[in-house]
Amino acid sequence: MNAPTIEYAELAPLITIFGAAVVGVLIEAFAPRRLRHPIQVGLSLVALVAALVQVILLAGTGMVAAVGAVAIDGPALFLQGTILVLAIISVGFFAERRLEAGGDAFAPSASSLPGSEEERVLVRERMLQTEVYPLVLFAVGGMMLFPAANDLLMLFIALEVMSLPLYLLCGMARRRRLLSQEAALKYFLLGAFSSAIFLFGMAFVYGYAGTLRFGEISEALTANVGQDGILLAGVGLMAVGLLFKVGAVPFHSWTPDVYQGAPTPITGFMAACTKLAAFGALVRLFYVAFGGLRTDWQPMLWAVAIATMLVGAVVALTQTDIKRMLAYSSIAHAGFVLTAMVAADSSATGAILFYLATYGIATLGAFAVVTLVRDSGGEATHLAKWAGLGRRSPVLAATFALFLLAFAGIPLTSGFVGKLSVFTAAIDGGAAPLVVVGVIASAVAAFFYVRVIVLMFFSDPAPEGPTVAVPSLWTAVGITLGAAATLLLGIVPGPLLDLAQQASIFVR
Amino acid sequence: MTFPWLTTLIALPALGAVLTALVPSGRGPLAKQVATGFALLTLLVGALISIQYLFDVDMGVESETYEWIPEFGASWALDVHGISLALMALTVLATPIVALAMWREAEDEQRDPKAFFALLLVVEALTLTAFLSQDVLLFYVVFEAMLIPLYFMIGMYGGPQRRYAAVKFLLYNLVGGLAMLAAVIGLYVQSVDAGNPSFFLPDLIALDIDTTTQWWLFVGFMLAFAIKAPLWPFHTWLPDAAAEATPSNAAFLSGVADKVGTYGMIALVLPLFPDASRDAAPVIVALAVVSIIYGALLAIGQTDLKRLIGYTSISHFGFIVLGIFALSGQAATGATFYMVNHGLSTIALFVVVGFLINRRGSRQVDDFGGVQKPAPKLAGVFLVAGLSGLALPPLATFLSEFLVISGTFTRYRPAAIIATLGIVLSALYILWLYQRTMTGPVQPAVEGMPDLRTREAVVVAPLLALLLVVGFFPKPLTDAIDEAVEPTLVEVGVEPPEPLAPVAEHVEEGTGR
Repeated sequence: MNAPTIEYAELAPLITIFGAAVVGVLIEAFAPRRLRHPIQVGLSLVALVAALVQVILLAGTGMVAAVGAVAIDGPALFLQGTILVLAIISVGFFAERRLEAGGDAFAPSASSLPGSEEERVLVRERMLQTEVYPLVLFAVGGMMLFPAANDLLMLFIALEVMSLPLYLLCGMARRRRLLSQEAALKYFLLGAFSSAIFLFGMAFVYGYAGTLRFGEISEALTANVGQDGILLAGVGLMAVGLLFKVGAVPFHSWTPDVYQGAPTPITGFMAACTKLAAFGALVRLFYVAFGGLRTDWQPMLWAVAIATMLVGAVVALTQTDIKRMLAYSSIAHAGFVLTAMVAADSSATGAILFYLATYGIATLGAFAVVTLVRDSGGEATHLAKWAGLGRRSPVLAATFALFLLAFAGIPLTSGFVGKLSVFTAAIDGGAAPLVVVGVIASAVAAFFYVRVIVLMFFSDPAPEGPTVAVPSLWTAVGITLGAAATLLLGIVPGPLLDLAQQASIFVR
Repeated sequence: MTFPWLTTLIALPALGAVLTALVPSGRGPLAKQVATGFALLTLLVGALISIQYLFDVDMGVESETYEWIPEFGASWALDVHGISLALMALTVLATPIVALAMWREAEDEQRDPKAFFALLLVVEALTLTAFLSQDVLLFYVVFEAMLIPLYFMIGMYGGPQRRYAAVKFLLYNLVGGLAMLAAVIGLYVQSVDAGNPSFFLPDLIALDIDTTTQWWLFVGFMLAFAIKAPLWPFHTWLPDAAAEATPSNAAFLSGVADKVGTYGMIALVLPLFPDASRDAAPVIVALAVVSIIYGALLAIGQTDLKRLIGYTSISHFGFIVLGIFALSGQAATGATFYMVNHGLSTIALFVVVGFLINRRGSRQVDDFGGVQKPAPKLAGVFLVAGLSGLALPPLATFLSEFLVISGTFTRYRPAAIIATLGIVLSALYILWLYQRTMTGPVQPAVEGMPDLRTREAVVVAPLLALLLVVGFFPKPLTDAIDEAVEPTLVEVGVEPPEPLAPVAEHVEEGTGR
């Protein structure tokens, strides 16, 4: 038996990230406490930038690596590159230390009891918690592997590597720790449940096809006839696992609680990057492995897409917390992406890639703005407190309004071009009714985005309203980049659209 | 390579907006001067372009096409034809006038006037792009994007209910715009299926779309334009916006920005969906007639000056839509001509009413009375502006109203007759308004009301002068419009209606052949 060959050059970005994560763990164990923060931040940034450079150098590759387990192709590299860019900006947000007096957004020690003497001592001594950075690197590694996974086993491993650190990160908020820990537990329980269902579905598919490789599953679909029951059960169960991760209805119930409870920089990171990775995996699995079953899974995804758009948009109307509102808005956006995916048209993959990239950038920026609006209790996330923000801090409010307009899909923002491209793919693929629903959902969604803008610009400021904290360079640069990209991609989207189209070919 | 005049025309106000926004806060007068200066520069370039097309003098203006989003086949494609020329001229004229009219209003607000002037220039740039665009995606983008600055203009400056009015304005128009988005994509997919993915208007007009699809797309486009225009029953945002916005803002909104809706009907809907337009014409004509009568009746009943003028606009927009969907050359020319004249006349009315409100501090009709004694000149311009609203000859509005009604008469006789009733009602609401506010015993609060100031005269004079000049010499403009309207109607494929009294027979009898 020959030893399998591993294509180290093509897997370099993944190896870099996972290697840096392991080194990060060692630093936690051996470096002196005071030095850990700068070392960890530096290490994370260096690793992420190095991986990004490697991904860019790999552009144009189309091959299957690691004995068929990992696909290095256009969609995988595009998503890996986007995730890395978003992660670099996120690490900047994590490293922000000016907003909280003597600390960052994370609890000094996640294991200390909320309200305990131990916690008080740690806060007083201005201890910083640095486990965040290796955890984020592991999560980023998992996210990069997820859309690249080309066999079922790798898919599951990537899912877990991505999810487990996220569960932990959600529970680490410095303020309102009980809410944060509740969110983490909820996310973990529901996530574990959905992983189990996903695994169960994998078993069915393996039982049907006798193989784990996507390409071979696809071939088995045409070869084996007559055992459709077991196959469809497998596809359905796997879909549940993945739709849970993208936050599609009816598997969305974790989203608002987790988005609200998690530390806001983590929420932004999670909202942007998890969605990218999970959609990448979903699209690859359904197009490459189950492409032959299209007519069977399309009706299911039609229903899910319609429910996701409508529930996301309508329930967001009733929210009074800005983070929960953004959570429901992210659900609605998952629905918009699904419209293109259902179409399963040649232009769909490119449209989805573009949409995810622009949505990720705007989401990251929006959550970063949320971290800056603060009162004595930390972030002031209740919508009523945002009244009159446009008068007190016009630039910040205008930036947030720009992100909201992008979410609403108003022209001259990236959100419009994204919406245009996914809806075009959907109509092209014969899903015109879905687009009609999408348009209705967009109109409903516009209402609550506009409501926030009205509140910020036209309402009188509350007498004891929140203040806008002056951030350090980390956050300022991140938000500026996000806003600039959102505007620029709305006016000249050509280059990125072109890149997304070129990157839309799956290797089989 | 010739000079890109059309792009310059759009870039100038855009640049002006940026510079106005960059003026340090607290230096309101400078911001106003910068903004007005750029509006005047734009007017100059607009005049140059108009001269070429009106009087056939070559100024080197040419259509322009640059690649924009090649992935979608969308381009920055600009061109001028008679219809867009008329509306372009209206826009570049109206903007400096509105900026001047706003001069004082902005002072009364708590806010820095800078934002209003910058946003005004942004809207001017977007409106001009909409009128000149030869690319459907570009048109859509500016059509939607325009809502945001207008929304802030209404919401930040204006009456006590302005927030409500602004949100209502935005949501109504967004809903229409999103319906149009679906239709724009549907139209694009038609071009993809035909093997030539493109948003270029002539390419799309050349497509052969089956009637059912045309119907769906027609509904999407028309919904957006009917809300924007606004046509009954999609009009309810306009009276609120007109009442709550500052008078000059209301003037710009209903005088210029809303014309994008009627422009879209005649320049996009008719040529793109000829079959559906022909089939749907009776329905739209019926809605237009309802608009004319409904707007006029409600105008009579209003007690709020600005709301009253808002309702008159609904009535006038009814005439414009009637002219467009009568599908005869004369009516279509009349409708386009009407858009310009209504713009001038409504702006004049709103602006003069703004002067009145500014002096009296109230916008209720009952709070005025006998104004013509202390302020005879003000009452005079109010009367002339009002008369242009009721289309008195020789003011330009008369000619356009006449063209619309006579053009409609050949095709939809009952509609034309009922529409004529609208003219009678318009005399009623204007003259009664004049009687209530300007004549009669002088109210105590009106005593000592200052007469027309120099700046105010500078604002109103060009509007009234233009209404007169265009009324006497409409030929260059109507000829240019005629030329552009002709191919549109050929596209719709409507046979010119039989003349009521066949000319040929008379000629035969006369010459004895």
